[in-house]
Parts: sequence; C-alpha cells; structure tokens
Amino acid sequence: MKMIAEAGSALEAKIEHQKGFLRVLTCGSVDDGKSTLIGRMLYETNAIPDDQLAALRRETQRSARGKRSEELDFAFLVDGLEDERQQGITIDIAYRFFVTPVRKFVICDAPWHEEYTRNMATAASNDDVAIVLVDARKGILRQTRRHSFIASLLGVRDVIVVVNKMDLVHYDQSRFELICEDFQAFSRPLSFRSISFIPVSAKVGDNVTSHSDNTQWYRGRSLLSSLESLETDTTAESAPLRLPVQMVSRPTADLRGIAGQIASGRVLVGQPVVVAKSGQQSRVRSIIRGRDYVEIAEAGQAVTVVLEDDVEIARGNMLVSQHDRPSVSDQFMAHVIWFNKEAMIPGRSYICCTEVDSVAATVTTLKHAVDINNFSECAATSLQMNEIGVCNISTQRPIVFDSYRENRTTGNFILIDRFTNETVGAGMIAHGLRRADNIHWHALDVNKQARAALKLQTPAVLWFTGLSGSGKSTIANIVEKLLHQRGKHTYVLDGDNIRHGLNRDLGFTQEARVENIRRAAEVAKLMADAGLIVIVSFISPFRSERTMARELFAAGEFVEVFVDTPIEECARRDPKGLYKKALAGEIKNFTGISSPYEVPNCAEIHLRTLGRDPYELATEVEKYLDAREGS
Amino acid sequence: MVTSKYLDMLEAEAIHIMREVVATARKPVMLYSIGKDSSVMLHLALKAFYPARPPFPLLHIDTTWKFREMIAFRDRVVKDEGLDLIVHTNAEGVAQNVNPFNFGASSYTHMMKTLALRQALDRHGFDAAFGGGRRDEEKSRAKERIFSFRDVKHSWDPKSQRPEMWKTYNTRVGPGESIRVFPLSNWTELDIWNYIAQEDIRVVPLYFAQRRPVVRRDGQIIMVDDERMPIRPDEQVEERLIRFRTLGCYPLTCAVESGARTVTEIIEEMRLSRTSERFGRTIDSDEDAAMEKKKREGYF
Repeated sequence: MKMIAEAGSALEAKIEHQKGFLRVLTCGSVDDGKSTLIGRMLYETNAIPDDQLAALRRETQRSARGKRSEELDFAFLVDGLEDERQQGITIDIAYRFFVTPVRKFVICDAPWHEEYTRNMATAASNDDVAIVLVDARKGILRQTRRHSFIASLLGVRDVIVVVNKMDLVHYDQSRFELICEDFQAFSRPLSFRSISFIPVSAKVGDNVTSHSDNTQWYRGRSLLSSLESLETDTTAESAPLRLPVQMVSRPTADLRGIAGQIASGRVLVGQPVVVAKSGQQSRVRSIIRGRDYVEIAEAGQAVTVVLEDDVEIARGNMLVSQHDRPSVSDQFMAHVIWFNKEAMIPGRSYICCTEVDSVAATVTTLKHAVDINNFSECAATSLQMNEIGVCNISTQRPIVFDSYRENRTTGNFILIDRFTNETVGAGMIAHGLRRADNIHWHALDVNKQARAALKLQTPAVLWFTGLSGSGKSTIANIVEKLLHQRGKHTYVLDGDNIRHGLNRDLGFTQEARVENIRRAAEVAKLMADAGLIVIVSFISPFRSERTMARELFAAGEFVEVFVDTPIEECARRDPKGLYKKALAGEIKNFTGISSPYEVPNCAEIHLRTLGRDPYELATEVEKYLDAREGS
Repeated sequence: MVTSKYLDMLEAEAIHIMREVVATARKPVMLYSIGKDSSVMLHLALKAFYPARPPFPLLHIDTTWKFREMIAFRDRVVKDEGLDLIVHTNAEGVAQNVNPFNFGASSYTHMMKTLALRQALDRHGFDAAFGGGRRDEEKSRAKERIFSFRDVKHSWDPKSQRPEMWKTYNTRVGPGESIRVFPLSNWTELDIWNYIAQEDIRVVPLYFAQRRPVVRRDGQIIMVDDERMPIRPDEQVEERLIRFRTLGCYPLTCAVESGARTVTEIIEEMRLSRTSERFGRTIDSDEDAAMEKKKREGYF
C-alpha cells in the first residue's frame, strides 16, 4: 500500500476511524535508528508540515551527521531538546501524532539509555503496543531484553519486533530468522499476547509503510499495516465498575457530586453501588457528564455521580460494583521500579499515591530484586536506581486497589519522597496480603490512659538525635535523673545498649541503620503505651526514619531533641576513640565522616552544646516537659 | 466529522487533569490567553465542575499589544459566564515603553510575557497554573510533562522532570514551588477545531476570514490593528482577505490569506494546509531552540 498524497490531517477530518486510537511505544538501543524510523513514518503519513520539513532540510545540511546531505536525516524531526540534539541522543519521551485512513496513532518515543529507564517505564505505562527495534547486524542486546521486560511488566500486551538496518546485511533472510528465534526464546517468560517480526530499513524505507521488493522472501505486513490491524483491548467496559473518587463537591444544598473518571465498567442511573472502603451501599440517583444529565456512563468517561443516600465518601475512596469488589487493605505485594539516586530501603517511609489516594507507606520487605537480563530472582537488601524488585508494602491506613494484571488504572501506585517531593518509584500491585486482616490489635481493658493516670504523668518520648560524641547520652542520663527525683516513671533506650541485645544482628549499612531505628521506635511505642516517659538516645542520622518514628505516636507525644555539637568538637572529645578510627579509615559508614547526618529541621528542642553545661541543657528539656504537661 | 469518541477521550482526560489539580492544589489559576486553545480549555473547565463554577480565577497577561478584538472578546466571555478574571501587565515594562518594534521579539517577550507572568504568579501565590500548551505545537513542548514542575524561580529543567506514570500524578510542591499544568497536551490543532465545531464554542472573530488592513513586512502579513504601528516608508497599508491561525500580540502575529469564514471552512482549509501553526509566530523562529530557552526562563 502506498501512502496517500493528501495531507494526513485531511483524512482525519473526513473519515470515521474503523479502529480505535492506538498508543505505540518505541524502544531500542543506541543507534538502532529509532528516531529515523519514527521520522520516516511521520514523513510517509504526511504528518510533517512544510515549514518543519524545510527546517529539517536546513538542519540535515548543517549537521555533521548528514554526511550525504541530499538525504533527509529524519532523526532531527524527533530529537527535540537542545542538549540531546547536540549529543545526538534522546533523553526524554516525545509524543508524536499521526493518522491513516484506518486509525489514529500517538507514538511515545522512549529513551534507550539505561539511566533513563524511568522514562521508558513512564511511556510504557499508558501504551497498547511496543515496537522493539533490533539492529540486524547486532541482534538481541541487553537493552532489548530490558525494554521487553519493562514493557511486559507495565502491561503492554503486544509487541512488534522491527529488525532494522536490513540494507546493511544485504536483506539476508537467515539473519532475520535467527533474530526472530532469539527473541522468541528469551521473551517466552514475558507472556506477551502477540509478537510479530518485520524486516525493515528505516533509512531506505523498506517495509515501513509498504511492502518492499528488497525482501521478496517476507510475506508479512508492513509496519504501518501491522499497527493498523492490531486489535486493542475492549475489556475495560465489560469489567466490574471502578470509579475512583477525585473530589466530592456540594455546589447546591441538595446536590452532592462525586466526581471521577470511570476506570472500568459502566454506571447506570438506579444501579446499586458500594463505597469500597466502608462497604456502605447506595444507588445512583443521577449521572452528570459535562453539562448534561445522562442515564449511563462507561469506562474512560469523566463523570459526576449523585447517590440516593448521604453515605460517607471522600477523595481516595472508590465507587464499585456490588458483586465484584476490589481489595481494601493496608498491606500488599507489588513490583516496584526504582527511579531515584537514593536507593530504596526497606523500613523507610514514603508517600504512596494511587490515582486518587495518598498515604504514608513503608516497604516492609524487599523479597527479591529481578535481574532483567534473564528475568531471574536475586537477593537484595535495597533497590538502586533503575532496578526492579518485588516488595511487601504497608500503608498507614487501608487503600483500595485491584491487581495490576486485572486493572492498570486501579492497580498502580507511585512512591514519593517525603522531603523532596520527587517521584522516586512506581509500583504494580500483585495482590493484597492477608496478614493485615487476620492480626487485629488486641484491645485491652486497661489502656494507656489508665496506666499513665496511675503514675500521675503523661507518657512521652524524648528522642535525642545527634552525632556520636555530641553529648546525647550524657544529657539523656541527667534528664532521667531529674525526672526520677520528681517521682516520674522513666526508661532510657540507648543506641549502644540496644545494639548489645535486641539489635545485635544489625550492622551499620544504611539498610541496617533504618531497621535499627524502626525497632527502637517500636519498643519506645510499647513503653509509652505502658505509661512511661521514654528517653531515646540514638544517633538516628536520617530524617525519614525520625519522621517514621514520630508518626508512631499521638500528636505532642513525640519530642525530638537535637543535640547540636559541631563535628570538630565531637571529634576532639572522642569519648570512645571512634573518630580517630573512622578518620583512619578503620570504621566504615561512620556518621559525619563516611555516612551522612541529616540535620533536623523541625526538632521541638534544639540544644546547642558548645560552651554549655550538660545540667543546664537537661533542665531545658525538663522545662519543656513541664510546660507541655501544664498546657 | 472526526469520530466523537476520540474527542470524548481527550475531553475526559483533560477534565480528569483539571479535577486532580483542584483536589490537590492550594491555590490554582487558569492562564487565559484568549486564543482558541484557551477557549477550549475554559469550555472544559465549565464542564469539569458543573453544576458548580470553575473553582479558580482566570489570569490574563496583557502585554498591551493584543488585538483589540481579543480584549473585547475576553471581556464579553467573562461577563457572560460570570467568571473571575485577573488582568496583569508588567508596569515596569510599560514605564520603559517596552514594545515589539524597538526591542526585538525576544527581549520584548521576556519583559512583557515571561516576567509579567512570574510577577502575577508570585503576587497572588498561585501554586498551580493551567496553560493551553499542546505537544504538537513545537519540539520542546512535545517532551514536556502534563504536570510540569517549576522551582522557586519558575524555571523548568527538562532533565529533572518527574516521571509521569499512568494517570497517577505527583502534584506535591514545596513552599514557593509551583506546577504548570497542560490539560490539552495530547490535543492537535485539528482536534481543537473539531472540538470547537462539535461543542459550538465561541472563538475570537480574528480566526475567521475578513477584509482587514495589513502590510507586508519581511515576507509576512501583519495586521495594522491600531495607530501605534509604525508604517515604514516602503510599506503600504492595504485591505486583504485574511485570518489568523494563532493569536498573540498583533505586531508579532502573521496573518494568512484565506477565505475561510466558518469553523467548517477552517477545518476544510486544514485539509490542504501544509504549514504548521506556530509558523505564524515570529518569536519562535529567533533561534532553533528558542522555545526551550524561553521555557527554562519561566515562559509558559
């Protein structure tokens, strides 16, 4: 089939598309000729306006890349940003639109460098089909496996393998077939629904939009024809109703609108629906779409639903079908792709965001990482940037979800750093964990208040943080003495002492430090529950663990005490001779020397110790407690 | 007519995005530039929150060099729909008589648009601003996220964009930081016109062909909208049948010769059109990477 001479946009205006819209992911390794292929498709479907074509001619001639300047360098059409144009690489995702008589397409051009896995995953998250480019001369590479795996993991069901640069291997059929076999063999565990193979030269134009005479032995479709004929999923409409609640508004006294975009299924006026988190039932009174009242709405549509009853519902909840409900749990297992330079560490607290919900969450267990070259499981204690792992995640309160396999919209989440607000990871939920349902907190008749009342005190946790040798233990010790003298019931949890017993199994890696703090915080919580004033003296160098500890306690119960001593002074005091060893390189991961200390920015008490007497500082802490008790 | 199912999909996507912003931002605003994209965006906002009003104001950055018809249209729409409009002009630029003739397109744009926008956002403390940008307009726009994060100085760093997975957006910002949000990211120029036709959306009459006073300057057709436009000795003001594909400041916006007087005729004309829309914007062709530079500085 030869492409029509008419402008692409013209077709769009004239015809009804026979097939739905298709989102296409393109991925390949360095120099596979991906930008050239995309440029070629845009050019041959007339999606490039004249002025951009003229600019392309100018750029082709100006650049060193255009050695044979009479040929157009299609890559220029696609490589948008200044940096990458100069370096000759693609660093971010570009979206390109084109149309044929059959269907409308958007191409998401994903980058190919390993360090940009996150962009590739981003592009794949919304796509229907992946075009995987393979250089006919090089065959299947590490990146080919990587990209195929990520596409599969993110739910791309169909793959078209474009074996490019066939002109450089003299259109050798056996070379092509060998690559097909290789791909089939390694991709078997990825369970794609369909895989097709096309021999192509993007530069020359073979089998891109029409069948090429250079590959007489190939009887399959051209790339464009394959894309046009692909069947997309239509299961979203027949699936059970999922309407994630974006916002609830009350524009008039008698109308409470529940707004959201239907993730799957359909909703009808009069239909019984369930509020996922509470299980409360109601019926749909009316459905508003745009400015119209409608009888029915289906997957993909943005609607506002009004219910018969005034049930409790807010952003983050979900309206679902009565008979087929999603999971509601605070623990689940998921695949996680890590995006950030700071590794993912089990025990650390992040913000977990589903499409509409947002909750504090901890990765409780990193079960294993996945080697994406052979898809095998491998043991890991943390996930580095661009690594993928299977994790158990625990959220502060239950969220609503389906498995990602069943529903890409309600089965996904992202993880956000609590301090920088960066998106640090993304996850695909496998299933909920039963544990959370079966272990209920045992409600006892004698509670915290009762125990504290008997002791005539308000439980508290004084959390001392600071460098080794800053004076934490000294001050903590005096504070306990002062309180004890006044008849208060106290206990000191000291970092070093705890490491002799409870935390004997932990070392000083970042992962172990996180676990160290988690255990200390949990013990402090039990002691506070017993009605005690707990004094914790731990270096606790990371902000996120201190925040995690803080969140275990009621408001006002947790008092962070920053013992602020300059590192030079700590090293001068060096009560245990540790700085000397650390500076000599004998101790690894020593806070302040070879491991960071993150200074608190919201400590309740800030003790600057230089030139001050420890008793004076301890009295300051005591006064804070008194003021708090009095208030 | 294009299958409305596709336009429905674009519409639902844009509405979803707007609701996410309203549900999570502290103080959102909608940039309203009076053009066709803004008209579509406003129409979507009216739908997204119906029967409530859009729960945010509109912000127009007035360079004082907009077509008179644009300003009249803006005031009419705001009045008819009962909207809350903020108009901001860079007073410093006006005091220095910054204009597109003596200052060159790029420093004029920096002063009267980029700086003005930053002033307005800072003054009102908006933490999220909707813009009508589309990915098909220009190469660097094609790579920008729907939720585009800006630091305290409003600048955009293409290398540290937040990954945007599914429709699960990270809308969190720190103090002084903000996000620019582009609900029309995935629309093309033709989608815009098809939607305008389908929904019968009002647009500025300058988009439709009419005889208007123009001069030919540097190979382009510039409309003489008011007496501030200096006419060069070799130029002659003449009446021609023209229209605009894109609207901005009149001295910087080129007209096209066209007889398309209705939306249907415009869509018909696009069948034969072989130039891109921003071809008519003189500010973009300053340098190859002009738009990316401007965006890094805080331009929309």
